[in-house]
Amino acid sequence: MIRVVELSRRYGPVVALDRISFTVEPGEVLGFLGPNGAGKTTTMKILTGVLAPGGGEARIDGRAADGRDGEFRGRLGYLPESAPAYPEMRVGDYLRFVARARGIRRRDVAPAVARAVERVGLGPMLRREIRALSKGYRQRVGLAQSLVHDPPILILDEPTSGLDPNQVLGIRALIRELGRTKTVIFSSHVMAEVQAVATRVIILHRGRIVADGAPAELGDGGRRSLIRAGGLPPAALAERLGGLPEVAGARVVDGGVELEAAADGDAARAAAARAVVEGGGELLELRPLAADLEAIFQRLTSGAP
Amino acid sequence: MKALTIARREVSSYFDLPIAYVVLPAFLILSGLYVFVLQPFFLVGRATLRPFFEFAPFIFTLFVPAITMRLFAEERRSGNLEVLLTWPVGDLALVIGKFLGAFALLALALALTLPFPLAVGAIGDLDWGPVIGGYLGLMLLGGAYLAIGLLVSALTHNQIIAFIGGFAVCFTLYVAGKALPLVPPALAPWLEAISFDRRFAGIARGVVDLRDVAFFVSAIAVGLGLCAEVLTARRWR
Repeated sequence: MIRVVELSRRYGPVVALDRISFTVEPGEVLGFLGPNGAGKTTTMKILTGVLAPGGGEARIDGRAADGRDGEFRGRLGYLPESAPAYPEMRVGDYLRFVARARGIRRRDVAPAVARAVERVGLGPMLRREIRALSKGYRQRVGLAQSLVHDPPILILDEPTSGLDPNQVLGIRALIRELGRTKTVIFSSHVMAEVQAVATRVIILHRGRIVADGAPAELGDGGRRSLIRAGGLPPAALAERLGGLPEVAGARVVDGGVELEAAADGDAARAAAARAVVEGGGELLELRPLAADLEAIFQRLTSGAP
Repeated sequence: MKALTIARREVSSYFDLPIAYVVLPAFLILSGLYVFVLQPFFLVGRATLRPFFEFAPFIFTLFVPAITMRLFAEERRSGNLEVLLTWPVGDLALVIGKFLGAFALLALALALTLPFPLAVGAIGDLDWGPVIGGYLGLMLLGGAYLAIGLLVSALTHNQIIAFIGGFAVCFTLYVAGKALPLVPPALAPWLEAISFDRRFAGIARGVVDLRDVAFFVSAIAVGLGLCAEVLTARRWR
């Protein structure tokens, strides 16, 4: 179990983390969400012992996060942002080196490397030099590095940043898979990614936790929708929909009218569909708008419900 | 044991990168030019390797920072140091591993100069005492330079700065002994005590004084210890 209590950290005068507290139970897949500079990486570096806490404490299975504690280091796997490795090494040589440096006994190295390679799907690349790999495969090398010793806890800093859409899906599936047997903490600034992968989300903003809960709770329940209709000019449509009791607001946007539900998003959409048809228009498109991170931040940090 | 794992990787990286194929020939060619062209021992008419042992401490001030400059600076630049710091390898073991890897390259460079004494010994009557002392001295002096180069490399993420910084410190310690006549008499004993050149000259005469050996071994230990401290201190940065 990971327990973080009143953790703070500054870099000179800059406050990176301001007394954050949370716990992570075994088997959780926790997504840290937040814009750059929110404190995600700092939290992860403290959890891995790369940085010392400034105040408060971070404990993993009761052991203080301390980079000088070898036992502690053995329980963790860490993938920093940009997945650094030694570009001149071949993938297989690199992973064997990591296994040896990790203290895996000589005769256990080959099976450990084979298992990590199998898990991340690096099989065909073993003899390639790391510098010759695509970004997606380099990310997999970093992941294999983080799990060659089969740690119970994985900490992954922006594991999908800079990857193409297919690679992103591959890494997400891998994280979900790993989450079945391990505690995983990863960071991202993509809301949809965290919703797709995490069992729990912590949103950080300016070094503070602004939300902590299941991914579904953190969306806005699909309260905003986009509607496009034929036969009704957008201004008239907006006016008509704005008068519905289920709708709190309607405004003309690029591509149609955006609805803000008074309470339930589905109820608002049902009412809007009826209103379009009854008004003599043709309903062409009606869909809930995904809550983007910006909107969630605005909601969470402005104090509105 | 983990230090040896680190050291082995460093050695293969020297050949993969391929730093070793540039640095080793450069060292051998420069040493050869000095010994056979600038100080042609054929003309001196005596079978001695003294020109080599006078030149090597100087060329080491360039050669050693060239092999240490990337050791930590590059790890910092690439962000890989953070990966290393999460492995169960102690900071000191990491530093010792890098040192041993670089020391292996230095030892290889020196081994490749063995044809010099063998050739000279074949032609004339070579006194092997100063030769053995000279090589021992170069290993110790080179080791101390390596520890300094490693320390400077841990302080920056820029290899050029690591190189220039390492060269500046090594060169200053190298000339410290030669500056003796120029400094106030009160400073002279201090300067002499830290002069790498003086210590080395003693050993290279074939007189292996334990105090000189202990001096270099201590310099290595202090350099590596400080380097490990620099890594540890980064956690509080």
